[in-house]
Amino acid sequence: MTKVRISDDALAVACGADAVAAACEAAGCSVERVSSWGMHWLEPLVEVDGIGWGPVRVEDVPQILPGTGSGAATRSGGVEGHGRDRVPSRGLVEPPVPLHQPAAGPLPRSGEALYVGPIAEHPFIARQQRLTFARAGRTRPLSLDDYEATGGWAGLRRALALAPDEVVGEVTRSGLRGRGGAGFPAGIKWQTVAAATGARKYVVCNADEGDSGTFADRMLMEGDPFALIEGMAIAAHAVGAQQGYVYVRSEYPHAIAKLSAAIELAAARIAPFRIELRIGAGAYVCGEETSLLNSLEGKRGEVRAKPPLPAVAGLFGCPTVVNNVLTLAAVPHILAEGGAEAYAALGTGRSRGTTAVQLAGNVRHGGLFEIAFGITLGELVHDIGGGTASGRPVKAVQVGGPLGAYVHPDRFDLPFDYEAFAAADALVGHGGVVVFDDSADMAQMARFAMQFCAVESCGKCTPCRIGSTRGAELIDRIRLGARGLDAVASLPQMHNAAKVPRSRAEDIALLQDLCETMRFGSLCALGGFTPYPVLSALKHWPEDFA
Amino acid sequence: MDRTERLARIVADHAFREGPLLPILHDVQHAFGGIDREAEAAIAEALNLGRAEVHGVVSFYPDFRDAPDPRPEVQLCRAEACQTRGVEALVPAAQAAAGERVRLTSVYCLGLCSAGPAARRGGEVFARLDEAGVVRLIEEA
Repeated sequence: MTKVRISDDALAVACGADAVAAACEAAGCSVERVSSWGMHWLEPLVEVDGIGWGPVRVEDVPQILPGTGSGAATRSGGVEGHGRDRVPSRGLVEPPVPLHQPAAGPLPRSGEALYVGPIAEHPFIARQQRLTFARAGRTRPLSLDDYEATGGWAGLRRALALAPDEVVGEVTRSGLRGRGGAGFPAGIKWQTVAAATGARKYVVCNADEGDSGTFADRMLMEGDPFALIEGMAIAAHAVGAQQGYVYVRSEYPHAIAKLSAAIELAAARIAPFRIELRIGAGAYVCGEETSLLNSLEGKRGEVRAKPPLPAVAGLFGCPTVVNNVLTLAAVPHILAEGGAEAYAALGTGRSRGTTAVQLAGNVRHGGLFEIAFGITLGELVHDIGGGTASGRPVKAVQVGGPLGAYVHPDRFDLPFDYEAFAAADALVGHGGVVVFDDSADMAQMARFAMQFCAVESCGKCTPCRIGSTRGAELIDRIRLGARGLDAVASLPQMHNAAKVPRSRAEDIALLQDLCETMRFGSLCALGGFTPYPVLSALKHWPEDFA
Repeated sequence: MDRTERLARIVADHAFREGPLLPILHDVQHAFGGIDREAEAAIAEALNLGRAEVHGVVSFYPDFRDAPDPRPEVQLCRAEACQTRGVEALVPAAQAAAGERVRLTSVYCLGLCSAGPAARRGGEVFARLDEAGVVRLIEEA
């Protein structure tokens, strides 16, 4: 019986993988649902003996299965009509379908358009340095056997044989930094929690991946949930925590289901440490660590002022490690024999190891690309991403989610590196790269950033809560060229307000000033980083604001 | 089992948790379609909180409602990545298809950013939507 592997990742499912899997089963194959390779433009990707076909639709199934009896029977049924309608809709040129294919003969040529070849050798995969996503596409997400057979639990086994401070030392030596966006050295955070005193200690995994253009956390939770669990168990041993929480956003039903099943399956393995899954409730700001802690405690997801750091007084006032999914999932590899040195050997400057770049938006070859820090933005967008999906020129890329700067193609020489991005007034963030073609209106995007901040603000601090609304109004005023005197400013009691309308230049200066206030006056990254997309759009594409 | 008993059962189910309020609210909303004044008061009583505290939490999170909405819900992702792939052009057709029958809401990211425009209908997700696709998934809701 032919064995076929198809991903059950949410993206593959959203593109029709379930129906394709059912069709393969109906054609007499045994179907194994695995994690996604991360080549999203090819999903649903069907793998037969290491050879890939994609993106496959139900009608394509008979053409790509090797000449089994049932496959051939189905093939002679619906091929002709299918071959005709597929060409225009996919925009691919393919040779006519041979109708009289011998049952055991080679694959019909019509499958050529879908032929991907040996998946592991595909340039998109071969060029990567996969550590955190080493199992992507290769294992069944909820199979403990697959996990064990691919080196699973080796890191935890070794960690448990080490003293807690040695584990912290390994993580520090690896140079691992927080992958959630802030880039804080994980080892130092763990060290702080380990040294802090408290009645209890916690390990909290921030899986509230709300940034547009990011999906690596989702893919990891859906594709390799045991790696996250193992990383949390190692962290718990290192800092002396008894209880762990994973806070997942409610928008990720597939990740919730997988992780919940995985936690149950692995419970005995990580005991006495316990992990509980908690579901968010639609608030973007809960991705901010202190807001997340409040939410876990059952409160409004309002940001807390720091200090105290969560490492000292976090969940229920106890010392708490709060790490992103990717940070924790990188740990099992680091704790395996020689892992810390191998990790530290990759990367550039103070950005060590690999980063999971997520190519998204208007990009031809979108998906997950894990590689050592140091790759340039241009290589990512053009060489790997293949430029825009629309075929139009790239106008901008937004790196690091809705709070990340818009980078102009002039700066495509920028290496993926925390410090290099910071020096260019940009953020690596969570590694999401959203590509925009030349039809994008950057002033509209700047306004969207302010509006998004206004909607998602937790309301605790004034620069974010009020600044974002005023910012959206200001951008409207700049764009519409409204030059009248503001109704409130003209009231007699407004002694300090100017009595002549502001000029366009003054409005722009005011917007820049407002952004300064938000950047330095906000309590957290939501208000503090919203100025990045706004100011970068204003700086590089002033013509869009005219 | 009447409503009061069901509520008490839900609260009791989560009593062993630390910070049980959000899991309780999720379950209450799932059971009753919304979290109304009476439910807030009962939860507050059980957790030794003020009703204002519970209401503060309910009103903070977009997922929670105070009254049931029997309409099916479709969430259309309108974040940056889906915008670059043309979701805004689909909005008028989606609104027309939804009318009053389907609750069409905007969501900011479903994590399907390389294959947008994307949408979610309960536990189902959809990607690479065009106008016909989005209209169909709303009509079938």
